[in-house]
Amino acid sequence: MTTMDKKAEDLRVVGTRPVRPDGADKVTGRARFGDDIHLNNMLHGKMLRSPHAHAVIKSIDTSKAEAMPGVRAVICGKDFPVIEHKMVAQGEAGLADMRDISDNCMAKDKVLYDGHAVAAVAADNPHVAEEAVKLIEVEYELLPPLMNVRASMADDAPQVHEHSFPGAFIAPTEAHIANASRIHMANGDIEKGFAEADHIVEREFNTETYHQGYIESHITTVDWDSNDNLTLWTSTQGQFEIRDNLADVLEIPIGNVKVIPMEVGGAFGGKDRIYLDPVAALLSKKAAQPVKMAMRRDEVIRATGPSPGAHIKVKMGVKADGTIIAADYHLAYEAGAYAGGPIFLGVVSSTSRYNIPNLQVNGFDVIVNKPKTRPYRAPGAPQALFAVEQVIDELASLIDMDPVDFRIKNLTRSGDILLPGFPLAPLDTEALLQSVKAHPHYTAPLEGENRGRGVSYTMWFNLGAITSARLSVNPDGTVHMSSSNPDMSGTRMTLAMQAAEALGIDVAEFSANVPDSDSIGFAMPTVGSRTTYSTGIVVIEAAAEVLAEMSKRAAMIWEVEPDSVSVADGVFSSGDKSITFKELAHRMLDTGGPITVHKTGSPQSFIPAVAAHIVDVEVDVETGKVEILRYTAFQDVGKAVHPDYVEGQIQGSVVQGIGMALNEEYFYDDEGRLKNASLLDYRMPTSLDVPMIEAVILESPNPAHPYGVRGCGEISIIPPASALANAIHDAVGVRMDSMPMSPHKVCAAINNKS
Amino acid sequence: MSKRHHVTTTINGEESDFLCEPRQSLLEVLRDVLKLTGAKEGCNDGNCGACSVLVDGVLVDSCCVLGVEAEGKQIDTIEGMAVNGELHPLQKAFLEETGMQCGICTPGFLMSSKALLEKNPQPDEAEIRHWLAGNLCRCTGYDKIIRAVQRAANEMAGEKV
Repeated sequence: MTTMDKKAEDLRVVGTRPVRPDGADKVTGRARFGDDIHLNNMLHGKMLRSPHAHAVIKSIDTSKAEAMPGVRAVICGKDFPVIEHKMVAQGEAGLADMRDISDNCMAKDKVLYDGHAVAAVAADNPHVAEEAVKLIEVEYELLPPLMNVRASMADDAPQVHEHSFPGAFIAPTEAHIANASRIHMANGDIEKGFAEADHIVEREFNTETYHQGYIESHITTVDWDSNDNLTLWTSTQGQFEIRDNLADVLEIPIGNVKVIPMEVGGAFGGKDRIYLDPVAALLSKKAAQPVKMAMRRDEVIRATGPSPGAHIKVKMGVKADGTIIAADYHLAYEAGAYAGGPIFLGVVSSTSRYNIPNLQVNGFDVIVNKPKTRPYRAPGAPQALFAVEQVIDELASLIDMDPVDFRIKNLTRSGDILLPGFPLAPLDTEALLQSVKAHPHYTAPLEGENRGRGVSYTMWFNLGAITSARLSVNPDGTVHMSSSNPDMSGTRMTLAMQAAEALGIDVAEFSANVPDSDSIGFAMPTVGSRTTYSTGIVVIEAAAEVLAEMSKRAAMIWEVEPDSVSVADGVFSSGDKSITFKELAHRMLDTGGPITVHKTGSPQSFIPAVAAHIVDVEVDVETGKVEILRYTAFQDVGKAVHPDYVEGQIQGSVVQGIGMALNEEYFYDDEGRLKNASLLDYRMPTSLDVPMIEAVILESPNPAHPYGVRGCGEISIIPPASALANAIHDAVGVRMDSMPMSPHKVCAAINNKS
Repeated sequence: MSKRHHVTTTINGEESDFLCEPRQSLLEVLRDVLKLTGAKEGCNDGNCGACSVLVDGVLVDSCCVLGVEAEGKQIDTIEGMAVNGELHPLQKAFLEETGMQCGICTPGFLMSSKALLEKNPQPDEAEIRHWLAGNLCRCTGYDKIIRAVQRAANEMAGEKV
């Protein structure tokens, strides 16, 4: 690890590397994940899923399943309330159609993808439930499946939804054609721009559907009690989104639902929505017993996530001096079976990092007969960048310019107006790329046949959004910190570190937890690289109120004006009097009672971050296998609260990016049935597939956060695909127009060249 | 429901017995019958390694072993790795090197790493990567896990001197 651009700081806690509070339970097997709940009298639920990609449900006969000994409840679509089209504000996703969410949890009239849920059984044990599921008889009338965006957008394509409504992931799309809605953004004069170009490159790309791949599957346990109160123990990124989704879909009061977030065994965007929860709830209601439901791995792959496949066309024009003068992007992204995929973020991420005076983007959110796409770490960005950053590389080589210098020449900088109309908030984009050029990796000799080096550069944004936290001072001077966002990789620690910094005490004095939805204020889920940044701000504000209240207590004890009390590094003082945080905490109960501060806030969104990667590869020209020889990832994180965790976020993102770039894809047959729904055939990177990943942390402070923190959880998944594609080109002289760049495609590209 | 079998075994050094159906995997028995939930289910078909345990010292995916096969065997699970409250050097190293993020794969990686160091106390990076290729981690990119195993190996070698 190299920490660059280290400024003179007097931070005591932020920037250090304490051991996380949840760590000991995770290395001893004691941490409680979703599947580690066992309730008295608990049943196990299993789902019947559609074997067809697109079909009308003619009839469902559950009588044989109901008659099986040990079966306690059976439900299907007709047991759900009938929900009309209703757009509701939902977490990261902006607006979502509650009818679609309900139908995705269980099909009513039609199944829309292989694996779509159609009925469910609760039984005394999971084996009986699985046997009973097989006794349910469903009659289908098959419809032709639409398995990619071009098929769905064809003139003669059948309409998937009788009434189609545009989606609204972050920003709404507008109605366009039957199976696709659209976002159009433009500036300048696109035709004039291309007329001024000295070189024009026009390329077309395809990317396949891939999955978040969390190791823990979707698991929920629901107890619908005799007073119609529901308690859920579930693995989720957002206890409030699960609560509110569930209440909307089941048409019950939010006040009747309590969601207890368990440890999350990986999510990456894919665990912010209900799937099993309303099904387990209805089974629990019917059986009058608690019900646990856990997906098998094949169900996770067939029916949750994934990240969209895409069809992308890129046309860019450059002047001989290296100015990008015009660009035209066509981004058609799979939405999955229901509208609302991440197309808006594809549009934003593909247009934000270079100043292009004449720029046009047409983005399409396309219905296909695949599971509803869900966000996956920087959703929508890797697909677009795979295309655009390869064309950037090609343009640089056409005008014989160093690819990093070419990017520097065209960079957006703080204050520049981005295509959606907002200015780029402060960050040092050039410093990042200069650090790439200055790093020994960039100029290291690369000897040997079929070896090449590629670079890629990207920009991404942090969400702010509603968040809540509470600090409670205990009489012994320790502090309870509750934060509203489920901790996916160490945020209890990074938030406690910020609170400790602000209070002037040691982080070891904290116990940090993520309460259930009854026990803390509302928050959007843990998404969009937001928790350490956004909840961090709220925690720091809460700490300031704690200190103000404690200063009053000190003033009361000393009989001085509260304004005369100052506090620094955990010591309160006024004149010649002083008292430590801990001593003052001892006096809390006899100076006015407990000190607890609950804060809610909605910090600014669209905080930018940048990353650039260098990768060296060797291509086996016989097999097409790409071996990664060296990888260096540069990322501006504003301020690294816990540098080990930041490195971990960068390294994990890179390896996920490598997986999608080289191997991971959904294989469907002609009938739309998924053929690789296992972790053997859905090929995620193992420890053997990747080298050590050098993480270079840059810190250009974020003025919207008191310590300069930017989110760091997503961005480094974006550059690997394009950096690898550029490295493959450098190694063997072929341009890869299809992701993943699996061995057979690399081989074919090499053979086509010669 | 099929008839349950009575199985006598040793788990983490202590004699134990349980009743299980022939179709129940060792993983299911550990988690649902014995309530030892440290071994995790990630795939239930032997591809992710989250359920790794040792059977008579041999590293196995407990989802691919039947509960009845535990008869007369010595089973070691993550619950037995810390002795008298003292963390194993591997557990300490995973904490100190942050060789984990979400933690769901961690018990499996620790059991696999323990089996590796018992067989090869000083593995190089390539040997560690090869041995751990049966355990999937989606969070860390493996870098810090490999470093944690190297650190534990060095510390254990130091203790022996």
